[in-house]
Amino acid sequence: MRARVLIRPKQGILDPQGQVVERALPALGFKGVRNVHVGRLIELDVDDPGQLPEMCERLLANPLIEDYEIVE
Amino acid sequence: MRFGVIRFPGSCDETDALDAAARVGEAVILCHADRDLQGVDAVVVPGGFSYGDYLRAGAIARFAPVMDEVADFARAGGLVLGICNGFQVLCEAGLLPGALLPNASLKFVCRQVSLDVVDADTRFTRECPPTLSIPVKHTTGRYYAPEPVNVLLRYAPAQNPNGSQDDIAGVCNGEGNVFGLMPHPEHAVDPLTGSADGLKIFESMRAHVEHSVVV
Amino acid sequence: MSSTASLSRHRALGLTDYEYELILESLAREPNDVELAMLSLMWSEHCAYKHSRRLLGRLPTKGPHVLLGPGENSGVVDVGGGVAVAFKVESHNHPSAVEPFQGAATGVGGIVRDIFAVGARPIAVLDSLRFGELSSERSRYLLERAVAGIGHYGNSIGVPTVGGELYFEPSYEQNCLINAMCLGIAPHERLIRSAAAGVGNAVVLLGALTGRDGIGGASVLASAELGEGDSDKRPSVQIGDPFAEKKLMECCLELLDRGLLVSLQDLGAAGLTSSASEMASKGNVGLDIDVSKVPLREPGMEPFEIMISESQERMLCVIEPGRLDEVVEVCEKWETLSTAIGEVTESGRVRVLDGDDLVGDLPVEVLVDACPTYELRPTPVAPVSGAAPSLDETDAAGRLLELLASPNLCSRAPVFEQYDWIVQSRTVRRPDQADAAVLQLPDGSAIAVSIDGNGRRVGCDPRVGAAEAVYECAANLACVGAEPLGATNCLNFGNPEKPNVAWQLTEAVQGIAEACEALGVPIVGGNVSLYNESPDGPICPTPVIGMVGKLPDASKAGRLGFADEGDAIALVGDFEPSLNGSELTKSVGPLPPADANAVRDAQEAVRCGIRSGALKNAHDVSDGGLAVAIAECCLAGGIGGTVEWSGDLFGEAPGRAFIVSGQAPPGQVIGRVGGDSLEIAGRLKLSLSDLASARDGGLRYA
Repeated sequence: MRARVLIRPKQGILDPQGQVVERALPALGFKGVRNVHVGRLIELDVDDPGQLPEMCERLLANPLIEDYEIVE
Repeated sequence: MRFGVIRFPGSCDETDALDAAARVGEAVILCHADRDLQGVDAVVVPGGFSYGDYLRAGAIARFAPVMDEVADFARAGGLVLGICNGFQVLCEAGLLPGALLPNASLKFVCRQVSLDVVDADTRFTRECPPTLSIPVKHTTGRYYAPEPVNVLLRYAPAQNPNGSQDDIAGVCNGEGNVFGLMPHPEHAVDPLTGSADGLKIFESMRAHVEHSVVV
Repeated sequence: MSSTASLSRHRALGLTDYEYELILESLAREPNDVELAMLSLMWSEHCAYKHSRRLLGRLPTKGPHVLLGPGENSGVVDVGGGVAVAFKVESHNHPSAVEPFQGAATGVGGIVRDIFAVGARPIAVLDSLRFGELSSERSRYLLERAVAGIGHYGNSIGVPTVGGELYFEPSYEQNCLINAMCLGIAPHERLIRSAAAGVGNAVVLLGALTGRDGIGGASVLASAELGEGDSDKRPSVQIGDPFAEKKLMECCLELLDRGLLVSLQDLGAAGLTSSASEMASKGNVGLDIDVSKVPLREPGMEPFEIMISESQERMLCVIEPGRLDEVVEVCEKWETLSTAIGEVTESGRVRVLDGDDLVGDLPVEVLVDACPTYELRPTPVAPVSGAAPSLDETDAAGRLLELLASPNLCSRAPVFEQYDWIVQSRTVRRPDQADAAVLQLPDGSAIAVSIDGNGRRVGCDPRVGAAEAVYECAANLACVGAEPLGATNCLNFGNPEKPNVAWQLTEAVQGIAEACEALGVPIVGGNVSLYNESPDGPICPTPVIGMVGKLPDASKAGRLGFADEGDAIALVGDFEPSLNGSELTKSVGPLPPADANAVRDAQEAVRCGIRSGALKNAHDVSDGGLAVAIAECCLAGGIGGTVEWSGDLFGEAPGRAFIVSGQAPPGQVIGRVGGDSLEIAGRLKLSLSDLASARDGGLRYA
């Protein structure tokens, strides 16, 4: 099956990319934008989706500084 | 005194690290795929872009076969020096606390910086003067650690190039045998190309090894 | 295939009716799709230099140090001690306007491949960048992304970016210029040519998988209709992978060290087609290529796509069949794919096979030599007459500060700090320390390199302006104590079919030729980028020169900055500046031509003074004129100066005059080093901190 893993910076850690995007959107006329964070998307075909959490813990994310979310 | 410098696919400062170490002792290249540390007294995990920095800097290199041996070597008290990408690899591998995040400026920065040696009583800093002039060059050097750490080097006032917490430039583990720093001592070994302050770190390591009693 | 259908096909691919008729004559038949695709690229301006080839014949290409002249992947000169230096400059203007990060990145990737394709290890990159004015949001965006792209690629492959130039002029607003130069070193024995040789030898493809990169316009030939949602099947933007190139580079260098390659060629524009054609042409042989053997990134690619794909990070080599196993072993060590895809033949043809089917068969001669070259039809542009503007003397200090803060003159630190300028530990003079980059060699000598051009001045007077670019490059080398060995050129111009552009091009090449002959510096390779224009008109004619030189003692390399209190400041060279074409006025008008003998003498005096240690600094007077040059020496040295000068403060005359200092310097003594301000008696006095504030804040972007 095709799985998607979303990886985002942990809350509380400075996210300069998110800040830059948050500043850029109003400059283009978009109002009411807050709390922007920039992360990564990993897409993969897996035979055993049960292995995904361990893949995230061990390689795909760095749990010290990132949260991950597995989306089917 | 024998240094082993690891080469991963994509490493680019390993040759300079080899040349720097060779000014202080013997130096050999250790291949990422080998499990043989060739009896070295210290391992250097060099700078560069191992595996293109893909996924996260150092995230893939930490799983190279040689890194299992480095972990054993470190657990047994061996000296391990991680420079820039090497620092990132050691953090990913859990051999050092914390992590390196993207520079606050989001840009690569290559600049000569002044460093304060905040702990001169370590295996890596005993031969160092109070300040060192060494270049940094990285996009992902902002050190972050939620728990207290042993800081060896800080960027001098107003010299922090990446926004790292407490101006931290280099830390070591609890046992004091694994040291990671973002600046590049291997690029500070010759006044002709800058400063020679970086040699002091390699010399400190040699002094420690030569004065250690072989058990 | 009816001739009406093929008529529109060839036009869609950029061939003129005349050219298509020539092809029909040469082949005595219609070309099929594969062949038409190949010919349309080999006969394009980019590959065939149709409008510039005749003109380029004017350039001097011979010299006592030349080992490989134009026509190979890069030019090579001998620096002594058994060491050769390979170097070349190339443009990536059009791709960078589409996607500046990847355009600039793949520009670096391409020029680096040209260097290790001759067997040299790349040791430095320089970049020459031109954008519209900083006030333009688009130009700021292009600048930021291009610099990030160059840094991304160069830093990742471990080649330092040690110099360059950066200009902002309205003329480049619609057509930015991204010229990348690379140099590398090799022991003579490792140099290799691209000529295929040895009938029966294997043709091997190294590096990345082949995808649909760069196919773009030729997709009219695709058998399947590509629908609306299929734009991702025709990527117009090549994505560079520096990690792949780093491995490919180390792999090729090791293959060469072990003597495993008969010939080597990089895959650039027109991919497999141009590499195979060039290798066959140079070697007077034929090549058979089996596209079914090419490892693909995309499924279902057609033979014509495989032959013209511009996927990056690939090389083509010829090896003896008995050595294939050794080659594979080295490639596996460096995680680089290697695939035998063909064979050297004696047919004199490039034959494209798809397994057992012959799908294309063209004589090498038609691919490489038969493309027509066109005579330019220049019409001289009437020179603008009249005296240069005169300035009143009030507020010279304010003018100097404005100039130092202006985008063309201010500090470039925000740019070069995004480049790794130290990797490989050869960098003896960093980007802000001297007028040329200096890279040490193991024997204690050093290579110096500079890249220079000035589109606005060439626009004023193409012959004089182009000659100035050559003189300025050589002047920069003289400032570090280096003697020039060879040069490379990148000609960035508008549409050569327009008579005024044709005239600019003709005059500029003449100017470059004359200056190179006067200095005894051969052109060993280069690049032409034409059709840089928009509905608003062409860019300023912008020839860019890269020059490489040698100095015997790296530790004596010259510096930009004043050194010691009490040193005498002197002006060396015939200095007759004009405000025409200057940074201050940007006025258009005639430029004072340089006297070649005087230029040579001045550069020699500076070079000798630096080598002997008699001169503590040397800086050529170029953009911004004398006042700016002296201010830059003060800032670089962190020390002021007092100068007496009644002549032009801001007029320019590049390449021929120098500010130097020492205890007893040659030239005309005009002042003394010392203090913490720059004073030009009776005309201006500014503190170092005022000068620094002006210069450091100028390049604000992002």
